[in-house]
Amino acid sequence: MAGKTLYDKLWDAHLVRTNEDGSALIYIDRQILHEVTSPQAFEGLRLAGRKPWRIDANLATPDHNVPTTARAGGVDQIVDPVSRIQVQTLDSNCDDFGIVEFKMNDHRQGIVHVVGPEQGMTLPGSTVVCGDSHTSTHGAFGALAHGIGTSEVEHVLATQCLIAKKMKNMLVRVDGELGAGVTAKDVVLHIIGVIGTAGGTGCAMEFGGSAIQSLSVEGRMTICNMSIEAGARVGMVAVDEKTIEYFRGRPFSPKGEQWDRAVEAWKDLVSDADAEFDHVVEIRAEDIKPQVTWGTSPEMVLPVDANVPNPEAEADAVKADGIRRALKYMGLSADQKITDIQLDRVFIGSCTNSRIEDLRAAAEVVKGRKVAATLKQALVVPGSGLVKEQAEKEGLDKIFIEAGLEWREPGCSMCLAMNPDKLGQGEHCASTSNRNFEGRQGFGGRTHLVSPAMAAAAAVAGHFVDVRELMNQ
Amino acid sequence: MRKFTQHTGVVAPLDRANVDTDMIIPKQFLKSIKRAGFGPNLFDELRYMDEGQPDQDCSGRPLNPDFVLNLPRYAGSSVLLARENFGCGSSREHAPWALDDYGFRAVIAPSFADIFYNNCFKNGLLPIVLNDSQVDQLFKEVEANEGYQLTVDLERQVVVSPSGEEFAFEVDGFRRHCLLEGLDDIGLTLQNADSIKAYEERRRQEAPWLFDAIHN
Repeated sequence: MAGKTLYDKLWDAHLVRTNEDGSALIYIDRQILHEVTSPQAFEGLRLAGRKPWRIDANLATPDHNVPTTARAGGVDQIVDPVSRIQVQTLDSNCDDFGIVEFKMNDHRQGIVHVVGPEQGMTLPGSTVVCGDSHTSTHGAFGALAHGIGTSEVEHVLATQCLIAKKMKNMLVRVDGELGAGVTAKDVVLHIIGVIGTAGGTGCAMEFGGSAIQSLSVEGRMTICNMSIEAGARVGMVAVDEKTIEYFRGRPFSPKGEQWDRAVEAWKDLVSDADAEFDHVVEIRAEDIKPQVTWGTSPEMVLPVDANVPNPEAEADAVKADGIRRALKYMGLSADQKITDIQLDRVFIGSCTNSRIEDLRAAAEVVKGRKVAATLKQALVVPGSGLVKEQAEKEGLDKIFIEAGLEWREPGCSMCLAMNPDKLGQGEHCASTSNRNFEGRQGFGGRTHLVSPAMAAAAAVAGHFVDVRELMNQ
Repeated sequence: MRKFTQHTGVVAPLDRANVDTDMIIPKQFLKSIKRAGFGPNLFDELRYMDEGQPDQDCSGRPLNPDFVLNLPRYAGSSVLLARENFGCGSSREHAPWALDDYGFRAVIAPSFADIFYNNCFKNGLLPIVLNDSQVDQLFKEVEANEGYQLTVDLERQVVVSPSGEEFAFEVDGFRRHCLLEGLDDIGLTLQNADSIKAYEERRRQEAPWLFDAIHN
């Protein structure tokens, strides 16, 4: 019999029961809650007279709506009344049900997918859910993590379980050595470009190979974060020494004798050598260059030295139509150079790229340089209060401010523009976020997804440039 | 949950691939703490010429005359015909809530994104997968015949065209059962409370660090 994949192991360890019709009940160790997808779930609990099954499996923090400018006035001072009510509703729901919440002005507050691992709430071998599709991020630590809808948030609150069906096993193997200036973000954008936005639908996607192993855990989080942009709800990386070291001493990590037992258990969280995958994709690290999305889907991505595609060269009619529509929305012409795209704003942040290493990479590029005068705004939004504190300790805030970027409070910010940080109509933005959908960053806004280093380089130049050119200067 | 057994309704064709959840219901409407009332903002950026705001009366907003749902022939449609990877992007359940609130009862496409697909079943909205050539055929028939209607029969797992042609579709047995009976998932799962407790007991021995760690 063939060995087990990492996903098989995680699934088996959480299987509560299998029903006659083939559906299964799986146990959920951790749920993270935020203000946008939880109010209706709490309301549902109340209407049915139910209580949470386990309080100690949940952690909440507001992130999507919170302002990133000075907010010492507290939640009551959030200007947008609809946002304010949503954040207040999370606060009161957590207070009522006794759920631990890092409130807006708690120094541990931040983006759910940054906070969970940072606190050791996410752990290897655990199941993690959240009403947010980028929950796949947590799979970087050998956890089984995926986004769920609000009805399922309520289901997990009430039962600690999910009704699930086993997914297929997919392996994306990236072997070789990444070139200088090529980051985890470029790797995952390249993968999405190869397999498409539906390439992983129905699959749990494990990332492996020497290039993935050589990445830091934060880089692996960036990759798993965007597995959903390739259609895979679940992204995963096997546990290794780096994973284990990451959790040592975190607030919710196991301690003492339990730490030793946990580490022993975690070491098995790898796919067996003889495990069989339903799909395998192989990528050569040497083929990956710094990436830029030009269109309105993450699969519309090219290396920075390429030209925007021409729909006339596309044989498939639906695809050609998609290219035409995207060019029109993005205000680009067929065959134009990516490096000729002029930018209005730059956004460095989001659950994809707002951790300390991302900020260091961006700061390294802008250090001693100035943001282009043609830019309307360049924002740096750390992923959590703790990331912000660390960055300030390292003096990164000063580097950004001196270069002309704005240094903000933590939150989701311009990734999805639910707070006041947004693009104006027709504006082009170099963004380290995860989705370039129409209107995502603001009505009529035009998003180009890039790595933090590429965003920083674009901020300096005012248009896209190959960050490797700046690195050599 | 509302039952779904059989439904007949006018079909609206949305002829583009990778329709994402930001397109189905833009982010500003996610600030609501309610489950209902998203219908007027379904496909907001495609449907209107201006930028919509939460709690705004949409009746006086300028409509995009080219958008399919604004064409008089598709007024009152309740079956949405779409292309591949429908519902990709975020996990927002506001997407099926908006489709439902507008009046859609079923969505037919060659493929759906996983989370969206799952969310539909929680809300009595039926996502139906037909193959590319069947979907192509339906797009042609809808365009050629004003007032074109389809019947969706979940019991028999078929879509029936006006000419009587039947297209069989697959649906997971458990989900079908829940929709046909209008069952509440949570209630069903709680019938297995003993299994959940037994699992927890075992898990507490094997991985005690996953318990009691998160507290104030």
